[in-house]
Amino acid sequence: MSLDRRDFLKITALTALFGLGSASAFKLLSPDEILANVEGAASGQLGMVIDMELFQTPTTIENVIEACNRAHNVPSIDNTKHEIKWIWTEKYENAFPENTSEHLSEELKAKPFLVLCNHCDHPACVRVCPTQATFKRKSDGIVQMDYHRCIGCRFCMAACPYGSRSFNWENPRKYIKDVNPDYPTRTIGVVEKCNFCIERIERGLKPACVDASEGAMVFGKLDDPDSAVRAALATNYAVTRKTDLGTGPNVYYIIGGQEHA
Amino acid sequence: MLEKALVGSKAYYRWIFFLLAVISVGVLAYIRQFNLGLGVTGMSRDVSFGFYIGQFTYFVGVAASAVMVVLPYYLHNYKRFGKITILGEFLAIPAVIMCVLFIFVDVGQPIRITNVLLHPTLNAIVFYDVVVLNGYLMLNLIIGWYMLSSEARTVAPPKWLKILIYISIPWAVSIHTVTAFLYCGLPGRHFWLTAITAARFLASAFASGPAFLVILALLVRRCSKFDPGQRAIDGILNIISYAMLINLFFIGLELFTAFYSGIPAEKNSFIYLFAGLDGYHKLVPVMWTSMILAFTSLAALLTPAVRKNENMLIAACLGIHVALWLDKGFGFVIGGFIPNPFDRVTEYWPTINELLVTAGVWAIGFLVLSILYRIAITVKEQSVSTDH
Repeated sequence: MSLDRRDFLKITALTALFGLGSASAFKLLSPDEILANVEGAASGQLGMVIDMELFQTPTTIENVIEACNRAHNVPSIDNTKHEIKWIWTEKYENAFPENTSEHLSEELKAKPFLVLCNHCDHPACVRVCPTQATFKRKSDGIVQMDYHRCIGCRFCMAACPYGSRSFNWENPRKYIKDVNPDYPTRTIGVVEKCNFCIERIERGLKPACVDASEGAMVFGKLDDPDSAVRAALATNYAVTRKTDLGTGPNVYYIIGGQEHA
Repeated sequence: MLEKALVGSKAYYRWIFFLLAVISVGVLAYIRQFNLGLGVTGMSRDVSFGFYIGQFTYFVGVAASAVMVVLPYYLHNYKRFGKITILGEFLAIPAVIMCVLFIFVDVGQPIRITNVLLHPTLNAIVFYDVVVLNGYLMLNLIIGWYMLSSEARTVAPPKWLKILIYISIPWAVSIHTVTAFLYCGLPGRHFWLTAITAARFLASAFASGPAFLVILALLVRRCSKFDPGQRAIDGILNIISYAMLINLFFIGLELFTAFYSGIPAEKNSFIYLFAGLDGYHKLVPVMWTSMILAFTSLAALLTPAVRKNENMLIAACLGIHVALWLDKGFGFVIGGFIPNPFDRVTEYWPTINELLVTAGVWAIGFLVLSILYRIAITVKEQSVSTDH
């Protein structure tokens, strides 16, 4: 089959028209708008409240971490220098080093605190990223990663005051036992971290850690006075990590122990 | 003019082949790193910058220090620096090339490095650093090349070159200021979070770069008929002494603020570097070597007898250079990561693979330096012989 010039132009014009049309269709279905249509999905900053009083057993905490690792194909690397961590535990004195003192209660000293990305209001990691591979989503404030744009300069790791970011020092795929096909595995040389389960939120689900926490972790819109997170914050004394740095962390901790005071 | 780089003594050729051999080893080590990942370095989740970024920081300073000969010569018509200025400008070029290479070998996904330009991000200091470094490279290439080729043809340099030279002076200050801003604007890294970082960087740069320049100038005088001039070297030695004094003064200011305030976050990195923290002290010998070298070399430079003895002078300048290299190219970067955000210590030490890649980048720098100096010396030797 041969095309003359006129036919070629016609086909080109039609294709271009179709292309433009599909582009606007994509625009209509941009993530922000999909979110707005999903019931219970967020508009406005999302946040989390971790109630340390409500963690009854260490197994619950293990389940929380395991749920995240499985959902996101987080490799389990033994070498602590090369570890990838999305959510893990730290002692109180390490999670809140600026707020610790010599004579803490033994109970508090022993408690394992869950730490994760704080999805800050003013994330330093986003400020320093030279490629916008990490960015704060306008609709719900999730600090997200584009693993395909990241050049692996690790500036975000230097900037994050919470140690929330991990770099793939080696091929992570060797260290994942059962690959979850619903979430991508990562490649060598990129940074990753907790994404507040963006992929579950888009399906109207809560983050995997929250689901596994047996009610000890609450998740929702911080701007909505009727949300569960706001209810938890209204009735308890809650703190955030390194508040004085002005990053505006959105993961709150109810430390508890008040009844002994 | 490039053909002049091909003409040299046997020793010159041996040196070039030696550098090519080191570069080959470096390239092999880099290929290994490229395939296995940055895990072949000593860096970790906690100390996520290491030797490469340290070298980058140090050589930005060496590059910026060219301004210490350019400014007096062009702005104040300080004739003594007439002959040595080209050596300063030609030292800046390989220094910037090394900076760019050290960034390149440090990134995890080098194939994507153009993303920095494809998605220019105005709130990221790295973007500005790329812009000012490449700009500075172009400025020095153009200025150095036109000055030298004009001299080779015994004509006056083009008038527009003056404009570029004037631009290059604040530009030199900018490259090290922007490099300091990479560090001193990060919340939670208290060791770096100090307004004096840029000033300290510039002070140490204006000591370390010229110290290296003096060594090069003395070697050039020994190995060729081109003499950059004793009075020029004396002038630069004064600059080195003052810059080193100011640098040590700045370190003193940092120590006072940290220890008189008593704030742990301000003190901890210093304690780790100079005394060890929580039983970890890998960097203590490095930092004390740096400090002792800094003070003894400075004392030597201030001693008239040393200034008259060429060998001792080379030793003193080498001492300044090594002292500041250990301080800035090693201690400053690692110290900022210790303790980590969880108040724990994870130590860092470079691996063999990492050192081989570093040696490769150095060798590329020395290769470019040797070629440029070969050309400059040939031109200068010719103008010496036509003078007579």
